[in-house]
Amino acid sequence: MAVIPQTVDALTSATEPREGWRAAVGDFILQRPLGAAGAAIILLMVALAASADVLAPFDPLTTDYGAMLSAPGPGHWLGTDAFGRDVLSRIVYGSRTALMVGLGASLIGAVFGALIGVGSAYFGGRVDLVVQRVMDVFFAFPVIILALAVVAILGTGVGNVILAIATPMVPRCARVVRASALAVRETPYVDAARAAGFGHGRIILRHMLPNVMAPLLIMATAFLGEAILLESSLSFLGLGVQEPTAAWGLMLRGAAVEFAESAPWMAFFPGLAISLAVFGFNLFGDSLRDALDPRLRTQ
Amino acid sequence: MSETLLEVRDLVKHFPVGGGVLSKKTGIVRAVDGVSFDLHRGETLGLVGESGCGKTTTGRCILQLERPTSGTIRFQGEELTTLPPTAMRKLRRHMQVIFQDPYSSLNPRMTIGQIIEEPLKVHAIVTEAPARAERARDLLTQVGLLPQHAKRYPHQLSGGQRQRVGIARALAMEPALIVCDEPVSALDVSIQAQIVNLLEDLQGRFGLTYLFIAHDLSVVRHISDRVVVMYLGKVVEIADRTSLYEAPLHPYTRALLSAVPIPDPKLEARREHIVLRGEVPSPLNPPSGCVFHPRCPVAIARCAAEVPALREITPGHCAACHLA
Repeated sequence: MAVIPQTVDALTSATEPREGWRAAVGDFILQRPLGAAGAAIILLMVALAASADVLAPFDPLTTDYGAMLSAPGPGHWLGTDAFGRDVLSRIVYGSRTALMVGLGASLIGAVFGALIGVGSAYFGGRVDLVVQRVMDVFFAFPVIILALAVVAILGTGVGNVILAIATPMVPRCARVVRASALAVRETPYVDAARAAGFGHGRIILRHMLPNVMAPLLIMATAFLGEAILLESSLSFLGLGVQEPTAAWGLMLRGAAVEFAESAPWMAFFPGLAISLAVFGFNLFGDSLRDALDPRLRTQ
Repeated sequence: MSETLLEVRDLVKHFPVGGGVLSKKTGIVRAVDGVSFDLHRGETLGLVGESGCGKTTTGRCILQLERPTSGTIRFQGEELTTLPPTAMRKLRRHMQVIFQDPYSSLNPRMTIGQIIEEPLKVHAIVTEAPARAERARDLLTQVGLLPQHAKRYPHQLSGGQRQRVGIARALAMEPALIVCDEPVSALDVSIQAQIVNLLEDLQGRFGLTYLFIAHDLSVVRHISDRVVVMYLGKVVEIADRTSLYEAPLHPYTRALLSAVPIPDPKLEARREHIVLRGEVPSPLNPPSGCVFHPRCPVAIARCAAEVPALREITPGHCAACHLA
């Protein structure tokens, strides 16, 4: 029996197709202007954080007792706080804390959540049952309570705050990822990987994880804004980032308690920064979800 | 007769229905219910039957993708059902699989090259990276693709091309046995012929043994040396191709064959068709005695009472029927 070595279908599509990521970005901006606005806010925030040393007019930690509680004006554009520290500079530097905590918590939460979710779906049976019940326990707590509990155990500070905020994200990520991974687990390519004698680790990391990245990315983006808000909340409660680090929640705490009436700029501008950042991340996250979810895709 | 490569004895796979954490088991699907056959080195054994008769499950049990409920599977003299996981993983490269759906059998996040090279790396068949890439290109050529396809992703290929990639991936491990699980059912008729020819050609070149699962009787007739006919989880007939197609012994096989159209309208019009009454019974609650008796045109009282054993009627031709 003769074989047809190179068939017509082997020769079609012989030109290398190019991935038009630039076109994709353009489409995203045109079709989802709100999402693009969100992305612009995020980019602005990243730019602020990256060039804080250049942009900030003052050192965020230097106290100036001659200029305590001065109102916004030509010297200090957004005024100063009770220690005479420049509010604008502290907001600019605070974007570093916010981004670091937000990105750190999202990354840690997404990585652990994804591993737990995919592992749970892959092994199935009793492993899945036990893991999911443990996740249920975590789900039972309100996010802020869980984060507070972790801080209470580990103590305050940037590193611990990141862990505290990542903790409530892990079960949420794990559940979303597990749902996708359950479908991936039944696909013939995972069967093929098992039939080829690959180890569990390779199947989970190389064959299942890359195919559940879309929901994971969306979760992580959506969680970024929430993480920034949570960091501010923890700092506001005095259990987050500690003085004298520049952090938005911390600035609010110092301002709102005593100076809400006498020096409202101290609370107003950090509050605005928090709102804008969360708004930007949420807009972008929502649009990204819509753009990547084929069921929600328009046209 | 040549050496036996695979020996399946009394293979049973039952799936529980219901039976969650709190609920009771409500039933058992008898997907495979006592299947036995041998596969000799170098032959192609066709496994036919209609949807839901357990042919795919039989294949998956042989590959140990499903744990059989009971029964034994001996492959190259080793008992698979009791083999520890590490030993099983090593043995897997000697038995490979080609899936029905070429669209979901390749990982969409890996290039064709990565897909073919991965088993070479994991099983340390080719340890040097450049040599692996070279071997992948060689395999692509063997299955009728171009070496530059290695850089593509699965979505950039057609169904027929992807099925060729699936074959190349299976070949990469230099297996003795390939379970072909309906490898052409999802393809266009013109591409079907190409893939069947390719499989035959590769069998000659690499001395492969195939378990060819299909529901298309003409494809099975073309490629198989021997054929196993399954109905509702049981083997009803085993014979070499010629005697099965020319002198079927089991009434179910006769009915199946009479459903294959003859490409001659005059002959087709004159031919007597056996049309089976009713539906395939549920494997949740199979009939007593011979599972085929409610639909059998020649059933007698004994058929409802007694399960017919698979008997050798003429040399090499077995059927499970009281009347054969």
